[in-house]
Amino acid sequence: MATIYIDNHPYDVQAGKNLLETCLTLGKDLPYFCWHPAMGSIGACRQCAVKVYKDENDTKGKLFMSCMEQVRDGMRISIADLEAKEFRAHIIGWLMTNHPHDCAVCDEGGACHLQDMTVMTGHNYRQYSFQKRTYRNQYLGPFLNHEMNRCIQCYRCVRYYKDYAGGKDLDVFAAHNHLYFGRAEDGVLESEFSGNLAEVCPTGVFTDKTLKQHYTRKWDLTSAASVCHHCSLGCNTIAGERYGTLRNITNRYNGEVNGYFLCDRGRFGYEFVNSPGRIRKPLVRSRLPEATEKYPALKAATSAIRAGRVIGIGSPRASLESNYVLKKLVGEDNFYHGVSDVDHDLVDLSLSILRNGPARTPSLREVEKADAVFILGEDLTNTAPMLALAVRQSVRQKPILEEVSQAKIPVWQDAAVRELVQSEKGPLFIAHYTPTKLDELATQTFFDSTDTIARLGFAVANIIHPDSPEVRNISEEGQELAQQIADALMAAKNPLIISGTSSGSERVLKAAANIVQALVAREKAAGISLVVPECNSMGLALLGGHKLESAFEAVMNGYADTVIILENDLYRRAGSTTIDQFLKSCKQVIALDHLHNATTEKADILLPAAPFSEADGTLVNNEGRAQRFFQVHPVPEEIQESWHWLAEIGTIMAIEEISSWHGYDDIVKAIAKEYPELEGITKTAPPSGFRIAGQRIPREPHRFSGRTSMLANLNVSEPKPAEDPDSPLSYTMEGYRGQPPSSMIPFFWTPGWNSNQQATNKYQEEVGGHLKGGDPGVRLLAPAGTASYSTAVPQRFVPLEGHLYMLPLHHTFGSEELSNQSPSIRERIPEPYVAINSTDAIRMKVDEGQLLSFSIEGQVYQLPVRLSQTIPSGSAGMPNGLPGVPFAELPAWAILNRDIKWKQQPQTTF
Amino acid sequence: MLTAEEKHQIDHEISLVPSPKNACIEALKIVQQREGWVSDESLKDVAEYVGMSTAELDSVATFYNLIFRRPVGRHVILLCDSISCYVMGYEDIKEQLFNKLSIQYGQTTADGRFTLLPNCCLGTCDCAPALMIDNDLYRNLTVDQLDEILSKYT
Amino acid sequence: MEKPLTQHIVPGRKPLNLKEYEQVGGYASVRKVLKEMAPQEVQTLVKDSNLRGRGGAGFNTGLKWSFVPMGPEAAQPKYLVANADEMEPGTFKDRLLLEGNPHQLIEGMIVAAYAIEASISYVFLRWAYKVAAREITQAIQEAYAAGYLGKNILGSGFNLEMHLHTGVGRYMCGEETALLNALEGKRANPRAKPPFPQVSGLFGKPTIVNNVETLCNLPHIINNGAEWFKKLGLTEDAGTKLYGVSGRVKKPGCWELPMGTTIREILEEHAGGMQDGYLFRGLLPGGASTDFLVEEHLDLPMDYPSIQAAGSRMGTGTMIILDDQTCPVGFTLNLQHFFAQESCGFCTPCREGLPWVEKILLAIDKGEGKPEHLLTLDFHTKYLGPGNTFCALAPGAMEPLQSALKYFREDFERHIHEHHCPWSKSKVWQPSI
Repeated sequence: MATIYIDNHPYDVQAGKNLLETCLTLGKDLPYFCWHPAMGSIGACRQCAVKVYKDENDTKGKLFMSCMEQVRDGMRISIADLEAKEFRAHIIGWLMTNHPHDCAVCDEGGACHLQDMTVMTGHNYRQYSFQKRTYRNQYLGPFLNHEMNRCIQCYRCVRYYKDYAGGKDLDVFAAHNHLYFGRAEDGVLESEFSGNLAEVCPTGVFTDKTLKQHYTRKWDLTSAASVCHHCSLGCNTIAGERYGTLRNITNRYNGEVNGYFLCDRGRFGYEFVNSPGRIRKPLVRSRLPEATEKYPALKAATSAIRAGRVIGIGSPRASLESNYVLKKLVGEDNFYHGVSDVDHDLVDLSLSILRNGPARTPSLREVEKADAVFILGEDLTNTAPMLALAVRQSVRQKPILEEVSQAKIPVWQDAAVRELVQSEKGPLFIAHYTPTKLDELATQTFFDSTDTIARLGFAVANIIHPDSPEVRNISEEGQELAQQIADALMAAKNPLIISGTSSGSERVLKAAANIVQALVAREKAAGISLVVPECNSMGLALLGGHKLESAFEAVMNGYADTVIILENDLYRRAGSTTIDQFLKSCKQVIALDHLHNATTEKADILLPAAPFSEADGTLVNNEGRAQRFFQVHPVPEEIQESWHWLAEIGTIMAIEEISSWHGYDDIVKAIAKEYPELEGITKTAPPSGFRIAGQRIPREPHRFSGRTSMLANLNVSEPKPAEDPDSPLSYTMEGYRGQPPSSMIPFFWTPGWNSNQQATNKYQEEVGGHLKGGDPGVRLLAPAGTASYSTAVPQRFVPLEGHLYMLPLHHTFGSEELSNQSPSIRERIPEPYVAINSTDAIRMKVDEGQLLSFSIEGQVYQLPVRLSQTIPSGSAGMPNGLPGVPFAELPAWAILNRDIKWKQQPQTTF
Repeated sequence: MLTAEEKHQIDHEISLVPSPKNACIEALKIVQQREGWVSDESLKDVAEYVGMSTAELDSVATFYNLIFRRPVGRHVILLCDSISCYVMGYEDIKEQLFNKLSIQYGQTTADGRFTLLPNCCLGTCDCAPALMIDNDLYRNLTVDQLDEILSKYT
Repeated sequence: MEKPLTQHIVPGRKPLNLKEYEQVGGYASVRKVLKEMAPQEVQTLVKDSNLRGRGGAGFNTGLKWSFVPMGPEAAQPKYLVANADEMEPGTFKDRLLLEGNPHQLIEGMIVAAYAIEASISYVFLRWAYKVAAREITQAIQEAYAAGYLGKNILGSGFNLEMHLHTGVGRYMCGEETALLNALEGKRANPRAKPPFPQVSGLFGKPTIVNNVETLCNLPHIINNGAEWFKKLGLTEDAGTKLYGVSGRVKKPGCWELPMGTTIREILEEHAGGMQDGYLFRGLLPGGASTDFLVEEHLDLPMDYPSIQAAGSRMGTGTMIILDDQTCPVGFTLNLQHFFAQESCGFCTPCREGLPWVEKILLAIDKGEGKPEHLLTLDFHTKYLGPGNTFCALAPGAMEPLQSALKYFREDFERHIHEHHCPWSKSKVWQPSI
């Protein structure tokens, strides 16, 4: 602790931080641009100047940039000093010499840090009367708009894109006042994290291009706290709506999960909500017209269920509540997981590793602090992008702990840290069958089949602790690599093992579990992160349920004849012949979903399920963190959450427990009661009756405009605002004006701070730290430490003549169902392909781009070849979930339509 | 494509520094020596060779005023426009060059012979005004010397 | 009068080759330090000699070295860099040393590297110095061949590699931290201090950057001692100094004179006084980034404290003369154009402020100035000061501007009131591009 004096008032503050973050933590309004809590200080913009006095007798003082000054005990500074204020106003004056003053037509307006800082410094009148410089803007792809004239050269974009996120194609060009921030030439920004530029940029140089297509000012958005539905990490988002369409997704700070950033799938995937493919009316296919209203649909569904022997198929992309109510409705024995059997088993295994294993899953924030990382069989950038971003930060940890602290450079002094560290990186090992974007940071990469990767993992575990089973027949080279990895993990303070379900291998997961088990046995504070397929895969696994295959059997063998399919396109879960047959065999198919798909096509009764932005619910992420998402705006009564539909059906059917529920909170309570492990979900957010000073939390800022007229085309008298029975949020601007509980912040705003990222300062305990009241989400899992070492050490992978062992490959853009329906994302989806080993290609006499035919489980594929140096000989890779690539349960043996003999067993290390 | 000789020279520079990218300015100089400037294609070649992205290398290249990212003539005239030359009347020289070559600053003569650029202090202020053509320094310039000087370059 | 730095430099003649240099006592200081002195002793001797950095800042060289972590625990390798990126307008002193006696520089660098236990050294030479590049390359080769560079120098166990790096432009590279970025193959933006290069310099390792003239003094200090060096100066500042004069004087040039020689002596005796028909109005004592001095200052000794007391800086010690037939506004405009062009663009006040200043000066010079323009210039001189900007470039630019506004304010006002440049023959100076 240190005591500092700001304008003669003493404050107890944390020593070692810089003055700027300290002042902001104290709630002072001190303007800044180039500093960013996640990226530290570089001292470029000179906006945060304060007076610093030598001692109490010094009355003159000297201007210092607060972001570059370390807090010292007894320090005396002034923010209010006239000279400091004048200097800060001049900084804006200088920046404005070339800024176009086009706020009225700028997308950033109303959420612009430059506007805020201009007002804050009191710079009101332009003195500069000469010409401004202008630039040519660039096409940057479907996500971002570029308007260089607005640039204030704070360098945040390049520091974020290049230094923080590892992007290669955005930089700063030229010098003096001709600086240009952009690409070397027009083109799509390559990084999967480019969208953050829209929030990192303090003005309107980089803005959200998808928002531009249905533009709304921040103050005119109806917003609510949401959770990203596009992968298993559960990043916190804010979803904004106007006129019934979803307008944008912005970051919702969560100090433990996503911090200040989102990936592009999460930020731009939302447009599926506005898709013309939305199901907006219930359909009862047996009648004409098919489209109907809520109650007829309910009636139809209820009678179908009453008439039949019903099973329910849940979904990993539906909320815990929806899955639970379905399970209640159909009964425990009749509830099936709507995932492929491979996924079912892998997620169950992951859950059991987290439940029974010795180590917990670190939050993304903790991942950034890991000082040695070993990734087995996950291409994180494509399966859990924000985890890749966190790992990217982690490789800086070891040099920071060692060299930077030795040189006494504060970690926030970003440029100095990078200059000292240069290209040195902490230990990161990656074992996979395909190259990943993190490879460039890796100490070592190892490419081989999943079984061989598992062998490496088992070997590492065995070196760390001999109780973990031995791996036989390892080459000397392999032993060396295992030793190197084991040494690095053992030398670290916080070693982290990352694996997951995406390579489809239980053995890899078990090997990862053994390493952690061994590390903990050696008293290491080790962590394990397991990536699971979808946003609520973990929640679904926690609820329990049967495999999908047994659902098919149940219908085929006549046990059941009616199926309720919850938010699930079964054609993405099993082969089309199987599903065709299954659906045909059902007397009645009742589907609930947001978008038309192959499954809903075949539904007899189709109920429009509310997508995330029109729904309340809970998701459980890969670390076992339950998080609440809130409905953003009222919708017509025939669109509602699946749990709502199903509970209404249950009530009509007079199922006792279901009838006793009076709204959302009761469902949450019922889950908590039935599943002690899930008890924490009642604490993810305050109940619907929660009020502050008797008031609800408004979803709209107090400047929200047009309310009285926005429905005037229908009726000149303004309708009564909708009421939200499920949450303490109001659908209007009325309500409590102060800060809401951290779990339900609909937008970040405080007087003078309109931009999302910067206003966040005021919601945090300390700037860049936890939100006041704690970061949202409740962790449900605690490692019991009861697991024992797995002994499932596999044999080496052996190729099969005339076959290819087909492995799944994943794509940030293309592998996830819902985001694939967003037009901007669709532009980034790669063409279908099959990746094969280059030497195999020679043997098969195919070349890059040529079509290769093969079949898996009777499904015939014909895909263009992509040559790969890393896919092991005798195996191949196929994109998972890509539009145009029919489902296959991978990994699987693909049968080649030609007789290929592989050279004897390929050389492998393990 | 980088020539074998260029690769050889760049390899030598890389051998002197911790990471290949640290030699990128040297590599740009080497390429510029052959072509007179650094074309987009050369930039990509160099970037790939030293393990940088095109954007990253161009960021460095465009910072420095003597890495030419646009084509130049066979000879580059750098006319000092800094203070001592200003006091000693370099502007007469400038006007004459503009007239004789029919170009302005930043332009190349129609026959591709000369590119004329202003340059800051050449460090020969006691002999102002001064200019450099390629590797040759000319000091104590007078307007009537220009024809003779220019005639040395074809 | 002793002229240690230039005694072996004869203009127009090839510099001494290694053999010739050794014959006149060259490399004796290397033998001496390697055989007789510990690195710390070299540091102490140089500190005691009161050798101050000749690049312009005037910081005690031995003291600067003393912040380098020493001993086996220190990060390795350590670097020594000779700053030969002479680009301060009006400055041409290092060229003389580089072209005239490259072995003297190499000898000084070996001494400095030994003093800080550096094993790799660079000469960062500006691109335009083609002759110097040739001579240094040759001299380095000779020094390697003779065993003064490389492994186990003269059997001492001390190793030193030396490389020549020629720049690709940008005045910024003369700033020591920007120079390090340039050497690393990066944009030559300056770095924040702290951490100082002594702790985290080239490639993140301990580094010393010294000016050419500073380094060239070292052999003589080692050979003759600190007291000898101190006595060379006429005032409290030690040693000799390369002084230069450019502008409308009879004999512009560069001379090695005792530190503390008066401006008048330099101007009148060595530079031969003003050219016929030109009157003295003022001068920048040490390059473009120093404040004007005027008639009343001519009898000041040219040393660090005296020039500082007069409100300017000795800088590089090479003066630029403003005569009565040159418009002070145009003169200042030329300087500001230079600084605006050479700003790296990293920090706001410099990147945006200097072009604004340039535009105002151009407007004034064209007769389009307004009285409020002077107020805008004033706030720039107030707020582009040291500490407010990221590095010293903009504060340096403000020095001639603020003093021009002080000493020649009437000339600025006349431009504004008369709506034209009183000096203009036909048109005003146009900044290029």
